[in-house]
Amino acid sequence: MNDMSRVERQVDTNSIKLECRDCQVYYGDTHAIKDVNVDIEDKTVTAFIGPSGCGKSTFLRCLNRMNDTIDIARVMGSFKLDGEDIYDKRVDPVQLRAKVGMVFQKPNPFPKSIYDNVAYGPRIHGLAKNKAELDEIVEKSLRRGAIWDEVKDRLDAPGTGLSGGQQQRLCIARAVATEPEVLLMDEPCSALDPIATAQVEELIDELRSRYSVVIVTHSMQQAARVSQKTAFFHLGNLVEFGETGQIFTNPEDPRTESYITGRIG
Amino acid sequence: MTDASMQTPETGRRGTSLTATDERTRKRARAEKRFRFYGIIAIATGLFFLVVLFASILKEGIPAFTRTVVSVEFTLTPEQREEAEGTLFKTKAYSDLFIAELNKELAESGINVDFDEAAIERLLGKVGGTIRTFYADNPDKLGEPIMFDLAASSRVDGYFKGRVSRDTLQDSRFLQLSDLDLVDALKEAGIIKQAFNWPFITGADSGVDNPGGAGIGASVVGSFFMMLVVLVLSLPIGVAASIYLEEFAPQNKFTDLIEVNISNLAAVPSIVFGILGLAVFIQFMHLPQSAPLVGGLVLTLMTLPTIIISTRASLKAVPPSIRDAALGVGASKMQAVFHHVLPLAAPGILTGTIIGLAQALGETAPLLLIGMVGFVARGYPDGFLAGFTEPNSAMPAQIYTWAARADVGFYEKAWGGIIILLMFLLTMNIIAIILRRRFERRW
Ligand SMILES: Nc1ncnc2c1ncn2[C@@H]1O[C@H](COP(=O)(O)OP(=O)(O)OP(=O)(O)O)[C@@H](O)[C@H]1O
Ligand SMILES: [Mg+2]
Repeated sequence: MNDMSRVERQVDTNSIKLECRDCQVYYGDTHAIKDVNVDIEDKTVTAFIGPSGCGKSTFLRCLNRMNDTIDIARVMGSFKLDGEDIYDKRVDPVQLRAKVGMVFQKPNPFPKSIYDNVAYGPRIHGLAKNKAELDEIVEKSLRRGAIWDEVKDRLDAPGTGLSGGQQQRLCIARAVATEPEVLLMDEPCSALDPIATAQVEELIDELRSRYSVVIVTHSMQQAARVSQKTAFFHLGNLVEFGETGQIFTNPEDPRTESYITGRIG
Repeated sequence: MTDASMQTPETGRRGTSLTATDERTRKRARAEKRFRFYGIIAIATGLFFLVVLFASILKEGIPAFTRTVVSVEFTLTPEQREEAEGTLFKTKAYSDLFIAELNKELAESGINVDFDEAAIERLLGKVGGTIRTFYADNPDKLGEPIMFDLAASSRVDGYFKGRVSRDTLQDSRFLQLSDLDLVDALKEAGIIKQAFNWPFITGADSGVDNPGGAGIGASVVGSFFMMLVVLVLSLPIGVAASIYLEEFAPQNKFTDLIEVNISNLAAVPSIVFGILGLAVFIQFMHLPQSAPLVGGLVLTLMTLPTIIISTRASLKAVPPSIRDAALGVGASKMQAVFHHVLPLAAPGILTGTIIGLAQALGETAPLLLIGMVGFVARGYPDGFLAGFTEPNSAMPAQIYTWAARADVGFYEKAWGGIIILLMFLLTMNIIAIILRRRFERRW
């Protein structure tokens, strides 16, 4: 990005990046997301927490229209990225997904080489003018994914031949390689050891200076460590949304309190 | 399971030794053993029938690959030719020269046998005509010694292969008992012998009374042009249709209907496609009869459902997470399909295509309906484009025609043709395996 935009960005620090109003998601007849209102701020890490099956992934997938690929899923409500409705008929989801990247809950590297996994996004978006630039992007992304040291000698090896945790970090590297403005991460650390987790958290912290990050996590400590805002989901409802410190020290809703203290889940 | 066993005093497995198997475990082990035994029996039965089938095909078909030839070195001087051309019965003059040469060679080997021109004609057909045509076509060969390999008649060939014996032979205008003496003498002199039957592989169909001259080459070419049409049409259409149906089409009643229809098409008897081809391509569109082009179009209709079904199955087998991954980094649906899904599905698509082609290669009934019967394959097409439009047959139709002919000599040709057909199918399967290996990702 050029300097102009950086200056401009600094001006509207913590402006609202994604504004979601009255969001509903149905899977057939199942009402998976009910009346959710969330404002995701720019240059902020927002954590989604909640018991399994409460709709965190579903809501996350609404933010880059990945639910479009599920035939039975119906999404309603208004989702505005920088004030533009992302479900507008004129919006091409391809362009949206270039701006809103995603790391999936299950690691899903392409059955191609490690290099090609990371280079694929920049290639299709034309981010590199030549091979040298592409090499640079790949290296930078792999470093940010905290996996460069492990794979730098075998970039031609298949991405699917890595361990589960390495695959997940490769997917993170792949997601950041396209320089998205918002990065959605669905339990990115669930398969990682503490060291890799710490590295990914460091990455998230670093990304925060430029992007807005939304992270789904089952680890209260992680949510507390990396996020500034936390949203607690329960049975498809957004129960509580606010400053992370506030949520963890002084939750308003009794359900939030019992969840973070480990009584429901 | 029974009440008694549930009431046994020792509950749990505490105290029992691991080495002492109990009744339940033994029962399960016996059931497994029985099942393995059934499996082996099933495979053995299948293998047995396969071996019997192959053995009988080879036994009946191998003789088609040898033929009986009379090899005589013959020199014709320009003067001899002039003289022969001056006579009234020209071919007889050539024939006399040939018989003289044959007598000389027999005498050199110290064999003495009586024979006349009629006997030679029964053995070798019209030799004089053959020689005359040869020199008319190759006048520069005059005066040089030329080795003539003359095919022996079907009966003589049968005598060598055990189809005809002295005990069963009845004198006829085709072969007489006394001719066999001449055959034996020629055999002793090394003039008549068995040789590899190249004309069977490279030749075209012959008349109904000349099984010896029948070859499968022309119909192999017919099959080739047909398969070309099938491949060029059914692969792109089939794959495009499958990709659209599987990845892009909305799920609704209409696409369901299409899906059901495709599955049903795969089960339609091939003769129905033949009638359809006759009515639409020949009678309505006035495409040429008996043309490999029309055969290819009909077989394309038959092959499409096979290709579509297997392509869709291999597309379905690609994990959806790969599509999500591609869409997630901002690939369009088309990019996700062509960059990631299709390469993963390619081995399955290829296998399905080759199986479809192999089925089409062996299909007979629809070809008979559009006139690609065996006797049409009288020669090679002149040129590549003519290969599509000139009347020709295809291997299975040729085999069918031979099998239906009265002369026993054709029986052997039919089996020989089956061997050739099976060799082509085997080659296609090997190609399928190799391609599969090459395209299959090792991760
Ligand atoms: N593709 C789908 N089809 C039908 N129902 C679905 C689908 N995906 C999710 N659901 C339903 O939607 C609800 C929310 O699922 P979701 O995956 O969003 O939960 P989650 O909060 O991400 O859970 P976890 O923490 O276990 O990942 C669940 O009840 C689930 O059964
Ligand atoms: Mg989830």
